[in-house]
Amino acid sequence: MREGLQRFTRTHEFWLLIVLIVIGAGLTAADSSFFTLQNLFDLLTSYAFYGILAAGLLVVLISGGIDISFTATASVAQYVALTVAIQYGATWFTLFLMAALIGIACGAVNALFIRTLRIPSIIVSIATLNIFYGLLVFVTSGRYIYQLPDWFAHGIFWFEFEDANQISYGINLQILCLACAFLLTWILLNRTNIGRQIYALGGNPDAAQRLGFHVFGLNVLVYCYMGFMAGIASLVQAQLAQSVAPTVLVGKELDVVAAVVLGGASLTGGVGTVFGTILGLALLAIIQNGLILLGVSSYWSPLFVGLVILVAVSTTAWSQNRKHRRMVAA
Amino acid sequence: MPTGNRTARLAPFLELTHISKRFGGVHALRDVDFDIEAGEVHCLVGENGSGKSTLIKIIAGVQPPEPGGRIRIEGRDYAHLNPVQSTHCGIQVIYQDLSLFPNLSVVENIAIGRHLGRPRPVDWSGMRRLARAAMERIGVALDLDARVADLTIASRQLVAICRAMAADARLLIMDEPTSSLTRHEVDALLAVVRDLKRKGICVVFVSHRLDEVLEVAERVSVLRDGAKVGTFEARDMNDHKLATLMTGKEFHYDLTETDLSDRAVVLSVRNLTRAGDYREVSFDVRAGEILGLTGLLGSGRTELALSLFGMNPPDAGEIRLNGELLHLKTNAEAIEHGIAYVSEDRLGLGLVLEQPISSNLVVTMLDRLAGRFGLVAPAVRNAHVTRWIKELAIRVSNPENAVKTLSGGNQQRVVLAKWMSTNPRLLILDSPTVGVDISAKDGIYEIVKRLAGAGIAVILISDEVPEVLYHTHRVLIMREGRLTAEFAPHRSSEHELEAAINA
Repeated sequence: MREGLQRFTRTHEFWLLIVLIVIGAGLTAADSSFFTLQNLFDLLTSYAFYGILAAGLLVVLISGGIDISFTATASVAQYVALTVAIQYGATWFTLFLMAALIGIACGAVNALFIRTLRIPSIIVSIATLNIFYGLLVFVTSGRYIYQLPDWFAHGIFWFEFEDANQISYGINLQILCLACAFLLTWILLNRTNIGRQIYALGGNPDAAQRLGFHVFGLNVLVYCYMGFMAGIASLVQAQLAQSVAPTVLVGKELDVVAAVVLGGASLTGGVGTVFGTILGLALLAIIQNGLILLGVSSYWSPLFVGLVILVAVSTTAWSQNRKHRRMVAA
Repeated sequence: MPTGNRTARLAPFLELTHISKRFGGVHALRDVDFDIEAGEVHCLVGENGSGKSTLIKIIAGVQPPEPGGRIRIEGRDYAHLNPVQSTHCGIQVIYQDLSLFPNLSVVENIAIGRHLGRPRPVDWSGMRRLARAAMERIGVALDLDARVADLTIASRQLVAICRAMAADARLLIMDEPTSSLTRHEVDALLAVVRDLKRKGICVVFVSHRLDEVLEVAERVSVLRDGAKVGTFEARDMNDHKLATLMTGKEFHYDLTETDLSDRAVVLSVRNLTRAGDYREVSFDVRAGEILGLTGLLGSGRTELALSLFGMNPPDAGEIRLNGELLHLKTNAEAIEHGIAYVSEDRLGLGLVLEQPISSNLVVTMLDRLAGRFGLVAPAVRNAHVTRWIKELAIRVSNPENAVKTLSGGNQQRVVLAKWMSTNPRLLILDSPTVGVDISAKDGIYEIVKRLAGAGIAVILISDEVPEVLYHTHRVLIMREGRLTAEFAPHRSSEHELEAAINA
């Protein structure tokens, strides 16, 4: 136990947690409305979309790949699934099934190009981002959908309770899906042999091949998992926004990449944890939220986010270099 | 002396007969017979391209031999194997790169086989048990939860052996297992191998560093140009005989005293210190002298070399070049002063592998070759390239081919040419022959001698005692950051040097 704790203090996650606590404490001191149940629920709800995507992207990054087409995938999944639901009717189950299947199909396209033609994943996903998005905008002419089915617009609200100010809280669709996405990803990565194979593949692809891993299958799984998460996230976002807009999601992919990398995942593969990703996302969320609460103009937000990422990544690189030097000296 | 006349041979575990392999028109293997007895340690030696790796791949089932060959494992015949059959027969190959997963723990690396197969939950405690049992079998204790990336190369090697044990290896093939280990680590590895042998596990060493493996091996098989030269009793062999068998050439190095005391001192180092790296280092190198510098890995020799090259500034002491006091802060300054450095990691730092040979050759000379407006005329560039290819006899079909298409020895010559063309006064060579064949090594020694003959002061850093003993004028031993001994090669032996290094 002690040893485990000692190991933890040397991890990226530990430092992230410290930073998060410091910033959180600072914000709590500066603004009493930060550390309130209401604000935390709002944060969870509004960042659920990013969180679900981050869970999917984490798996892709660990496998040694990258995918930035997921916002386009989400846009397509959202638009098609809800259009079908409006035209022909649907239940929660069939709606989510549709979005998930569309996402998985888009992921499969990525995996196929990346694996069979050995094109770098970044290139493939830049291309498919544009293709999926271009097709959607062309077919829909960029029209928004506002008339969502009532049951969908109403959402879900479990374990409802009210605080002293008669503000009600509960598990809404966003929080439910966010929790499920992180839990599912955690189980996949840490409790299944497939998840461990994904880590191994990212750590040393040649060795994975030599040991007889089904590398193609793993790639398909990873990119389809990303697509699946994009499908789920898309509905979570549509339900929150109460509309479907083909053009608003694309452009947010780098925020998700930033959160996952901030959480310690490596772009070269093999490294990253669900806990780290949660912390990375939380850090981004409270910085953006804190700036708003402090009354800083929202034009400053990208600058701060950029600085935080740069500092975090630099400190990690710095401590890695120091560690390396110590090893060489020893 | 070929075997066959020794009595009471055990039944072979593995027997290959009439194995050939062609790649296109090239005969990688020609009618090779090869056998391994149960519980035997066998050495497979040969130069690069002699067919060693092809033979391994056939045994591992990665490649099929040409029809007509036969593979017999414990009495069962196979025309060829596939990887699954090979593993099933207990054959495990540890490739040179070890094929480990640096991001995963020791447990997972050892018991990685448990992750294969259909989707299912991970049995962590089962994996730990398996890993522990594997470590016990070879008598090592490693931190099960350590990340492999944080281990030393020697420990990683043990992890790879444990993984083979966990997969129930009965024949362990190790490809160049000692090439990146220090002498102590090699000894530890050989102890493990002796232990495996006692447990009846066959071990095949594939190597071209010979002295050490001869200590544990029973027999040695030599391949040359795809054909087997023969299988010999290890106790009848020595470095010299093996080198001759492998190359078909005689190598003979003389130790003659060379008096350089009348030559000018090029480099003079006094009380050079850098905390954590080296302390109070003082020595001179004269024009035309080859100074050998050796010591264990981590003794500070590479750090010292980097300081002389401006990349690791010392805390105290002075460096003089031709009497001029230098305060080098960058390697660009060092190059300007006529100091050249060929790094240990020749492939990583010395060359841009994907780029043409010609571009690699001119890269250090761009400033000097440039004409007006800082542009380099193609004719000037080509003349420079042609001159150096000829000067160092680099075997190239086309200078515009990528450097990675060259053999190790020729790549090394490109690096040398790159630095020689800058007209250095001091050349620092850090382990220049690591991973290079005997014949190619010989070529490099020739080049180094020629450079020194042209009046360049050379510092040759090496792990290999014979290398510094036979190819330098003077040897310094470094230990724990200090220079601890000096030898004149013609009055010393390998044994004396070994003793000083490991003192």
